[in-house]
Amino acid sequence: MADNGSNFDIRSIVDGMNHRRLGIYVFVTVFIAFFLVPLETGIMTALKSTEAINRSLPFLPPAGDGFTLANLELALEQVQRGVINSLLMALPATIINIVLASMAAYGLTLVDWRGQIGVLLLFVAGVFVPYQAVIVPLARFWTHIFPITEILSPLARLVLVEPYHLELIPLMITHVAYGIPIITVLFRSYYKSMPKSLIEAGKIDGKSVTQIYRDIVLPLSKPMFGVVFIYQFTQIYNEFLFSKVLIGSASAQQATVTLILPQIGASTSGLDYGLRMSAAFLAALPTLLLYIAFAEQFAEGLKTGGA
Amino acid sequence: MGTNETTGPSATEEGVGWQTKFRYVLNSDFVRSAPFWAVPFAIMAVAVYGGIGYNFAISLTDNNGTIEPASFSNLDFEMYVQALSDPNVIQAATHNLILLVSFTAICLVFGLFLAIMLDRQIRYKETVQMIYLLPMSLSFVVTAQLWLWMYDTDSGIINELLGLLSLGPIDFIGNPEIALWAIIFALIWQFSGYTMVVYLAGLQSIPSSQFEAGMIDGARTLRIYLRVIIPQLKASSVSAAVVLMVFALKAFTFLYAMTGRYFPPQGTDILATLMVREAWQYNNWAYSAAIATLLLLMALGVIAPYLYYQYREGSL
Repeated sequence: MADNGSNFDIRSIVDGMNHRRLGIYVFVTVFIAFFLVPLETGIMTALKSTEAINRSLPFLPPAGDGFTLANLELALEQVQRGVINSLLMALPATIINIVLASMAAYGLTLVDWRGQIGVLLLFVAGVFVPYQAVIVPLARFWTHIFPITEILSPLARLVLVEPYHLELIPLMITHVAYGIPIITVLFRSYYKSMPKSLIEAGKIDGKSVTQIYRDIVLPLSKPMFGVVFIYQFTQIYNEFLFSKVLIGSASAQQATVTLILPQIGASTSGLDYGLRMSAAFLAALPTLLLYIAFAEQFAEGLKTGGA
Repeated sequence: MGTNETTGPSATEEGVGWQTKFRYVLNSDFVRSAPFWAVPFAIMAVAVYGGIGYNFAISLTDNNGTIEPASFSNLDFEMYVQALSDPNVIQAATHNLILLVSFTAICLVFGLFLAIMLDRQIRYKETVQMIYLLPMSLSFVVTAQLWLWMYDTDSGIINELLGLLSLGPIDFIGNPEIALWAIIFALIWQFSGYTMVVYLAGLQSIPSSQFEAGMIDGARTLRIYLRVIIPQLKASSVSAAVVLMVFALKAFTFLYAMTGRYFPPQGTDILATLMVREAWQYNNWAYSAAIATLLLLMALGVIAPYLYYQYREGSL
C-alpha cells in the first residue's frame, strides 16, 4: 500500500485492508485468550481431582474420572460464611455511601457558592490518599475513641442479630467514609453534564434547593445510581486491607470472604490448588455475575472514577 | 424569621439591618446547600484528614507493643530518622519505584494499543471490551490466587508451556530476582483493561473527521495516530497515569494474598507491605505510622501536580 504513489490501484487497497483487518482480528483473539486464560485455568482446576491436576495440562477441561465437584463442595463449606458476611457488610455500606455522595455532589455542583472549589479539592484529594496513611489510627479509633460495637451491643438481643454482626459495623462505616470521595467525584462529573436549564427552570418555578434535588435531580440521576452502585459494591466487596485491619483473623466469625480466601487449602505439604481455585471462584462469583450483567455500568464508573 | 418584615423601615435608614443581613446569609446558596454536602464532608474529613493527622501524631511518638491510647508526651522525628536510614525501607522504596515506573508505562502503552485496536470498528466490540476489562472486576485476593497457579513451578500453565519448548521450569515467585517482574506482569494483566477503557473514552471524543482528513492527505495510519490522535489523548493519559501510579505505591493486597502472610514473596517487599508488617506483625506502631506518612508524601508528589493541572484546566 505504501508504494502506490500516484497510480491509484483500488484492488491493492481492498486487499491491504482485508489483510489489515484480519491482522486486527488475530490480535483481538490472542488478547481474549490472554485475559481469559488465568480465569479459565482456575475454573478448570477447581473441577479436577488432585490426581488430575498433577496429570493434565492446567487449562484443559477435566476428563473422565478426573472430574469432581468435591473441591467446590469443600470450598463452599469454608467460604460461604465469608461471602454472607461480605454481602451483609457491602450492601448497606454501598447504599449509604452513594446516597451521601449524591447529596454532596449536588451541594457542590448544582448549587453555586464561593469557596466551593476548596471543599471540592479536599474531596478529590481524598480519592487518592493511600489507605496505609490512615490504618494505624483506624484500629485505635474503633476500639478506644468510638467503640461503636460496645455502644450498640444491646442490639444483639434482637431477632436475627448475632453479636458478630455488630463487629461488621465499624468495617461498614469505614467503607462508607472512605468511599465518599470517589463516589462524590463520579456524581459530580455526571451533574456537571446535566443541562443547567433544568435547574434554572426549577428556580423560576420557585422550588427550594431541596425540592430541586428531589423533583429534578434525583429522577435524572437514576442511571448514575446504577453505575456507582455496580462500581462501589464491587470495590467494597473485593476490598481486603480494611478487613485485615479491623477484623484481623480469618477464623473470626465476622471474617469477610477476602480475609478467608488466602488461608484456604494451605498446608505444610504445599498448596491444594483444586481447593484454592474452587474457593477463589466461589469468592469471586457475586461480583463476577454482577460484572457480566452490568459490564457497561462498571466500565462507566471505572473510566471516570479510576481504579 | 417572619417578624423580620417589621424592621423594614429602620433598615432603609441605616443601610441594611442585621436581621436582613442574617436572612440574606440564611438564604444564600452556601447555607442552603450545606445540608447536602456538610454531613458527607464531615464524615469524609474525619476519616481521611483526621486519620492522616492522627497517624502523623502517632508517628512522632515511640509507640509500640499493644494497641492502647498513645501517650503524646514525648514527640520527635526519631522514627523518620530511623526509617530513612533503614535498609529495608530503602529497598522497599526502590521496589515501589520500579513498580511505579514499569507498571504505569506498560499499562499505558498496552492499554492504548488495545483501545486503538477496538476503536477500528471491529465486530462484537462490546463483548471484547467486556472480556478485556473482566480482570478489573475481580478482587486482588482472587487474582493473586489465579496467578499463583499460573506461575506454579511444578504444574503451572506457564512452566508447562515452557516445558514444551524444553525451557525451565522457572520458579517465578520463589526467585527474588524475577518475582517482582512476575507480579508486575500479573498486575498489567489486571489493569490494562482499565487504561483501555479510559483511552477508548478519549478516542471517542475525537471527531472521526480528523482521522479521515489524515487518510485523504495520504498519511499512513501510524503517522496519523502519532501526530494527530495520541497528542489529543493527553488528558486521558494523565488521569490514567495518576491512578496507576498511586496504585503502584499502595498495592498491598495482591502481594499479601500471594503468600497469605505479612511477608510477601522475597524481592517484592514495598513500603505498603513493610508498613503493615511493622505494625501488625511486630507492633511497631509509631515506626509504621512514620513509614505510612512517607508513603503519603510520595503519593502527594503524584496527586498535587495532578490536582494543580486539573484546576488550571478548569476541569475540577
